[in-house]
Amino acid sequence: MASSITLQIRRYRPEDEREPVWESFEVPDRPEWMVLDGLNYIKDRLDGSLSYRWACRMGVCGSCGMVVNGKPVLTCATYLSALGPDPVRVEPIKGFPVIRDLVVDIEDFVRKLESVKPWIIREKEKPLSEGEYLQTPEQLAEYKQQAMCINCLLCYSACPIYALEPDFIGPAAIALAQRYNLDSRDEGTEERMDILSQHEGIWCCTFVGECSVVCPKDVDPAGAIQRYKVKATTDWFKSVLLPWGKR
Amino acid sequence: MSYHSRVDRRWATRRAANPEYEPYHPKWHRKRVPIFWWLERPAYTKFITRELTSLAVGYAAVLLMVQVWVMARGPGAYERFLAILASPAIVTFHAVVFLFLLFHSVTWLNLAPQALVVRLGGRRVADRVVLAGHYVAWLVATAVVAAYLLWGVP
Repeated sequence: MASSITLQIRRYRPEDEREPVWESFEVPDRPEWMVLDGLNYIKDRLDGSLSYRWACRMGVCGSCGMVVNGKPVLTCATYLSALGPDPVRVEPIKGFPVIRDLVVDIEDFVRKLESVKPWIIREKEKPLSEGEYLQTPEQLAEYKQQAMCINCLLCYSACPIYALEPDFIGPAAIALAQRYNLDSRDEGTEERMDILSQHEGIWCCTFVGECSVVCPKDVDPAGAIQRYKVKATTDWFKSVLLPWGKR
Repeated sequence: MSYHSRVDRRWATRRAANPEYEPYHPKWHRKRVPIFWWLERPAYTKFITRELTSLAVGYAAVLLMVQVWVMARGPGAYERFLAILASPAIVTFHAVVFLFLLFHSVTWLNLAPQALVVRLGGRRVADRVVLAGHYVAWLVATAVVAAYLLWGVP
């Protein structure tokens, strides 16, 4: 082994310990290796019991998100050697309960994502014989940024509000709600607004902005939430000033 | 020894390590948020500073209203109020308030492009332009107020 790098892993084995502990492993320092390659090396050669999630290794599946040196990142897209020669600390993403080692329970997010109805809602479906709902490139561009979300939950890990207020719907779920609101084929904006205009929705957000900083797909959840606040406020003023008009 | 009794014995030794552990039932670890979470990352500290400096914004607004109220009570009252404001302690305090106001204004304006989508002729205006627009508006407003204070009504 030419040179090596130390990976300090936050380990939690509930049958053996009450509190997570740090464990160090020496892995080869190879210029082409990502942090995930280092974890795979540990799993294959040093300790097969290390638990973590990964799948695609190309930044689209969203399962290998972890906190590396205090920053939420996709481990498949973070060069290991760039972080050395100091020890590299790998922890599970924050804000979610840890099941084992680097694996967290994301049930809360899945439930919240469902609650904002992230699918196309139509007041009345048109018959199949009339063909598909057409869209221009400009209409696609409206929501494409938010549609890039891969549910990696790095934004939840970066959000101090989500950790402090467990009821907060959170950045990705609101950004995905916005993705459907901005879709020209969708008619569910009002339905979603009923859920998102509650305190646990957009108003919990205090615009720390870190969700957008850590997002690997440039979804800008913070921007989506603030735009939602602007819309909710203008809607409210309209309903007060023009009570006879349609909201 | 059967497989199951071997497994049970293993669990028994493990339960000694963590009495709360129940075999085959996941035991999640939930981390408490520390009180000083806002010192964990520079971005969090900046956020908390931005939130706290809004108190300075509120104070400045109240001060302005008090000034108007004192002014309505006649020139004598206003002179006395200005004398209080000129005391070194209050001038120092207001210098700090001013710095907080600047910090709040700059960080607040910098966030504007993320919250505002401006469209001109069907096209989205670039974030830099939205940001520049806010700063220009701020400068113009400041210049108007400064001109009024320096030269009065033309």
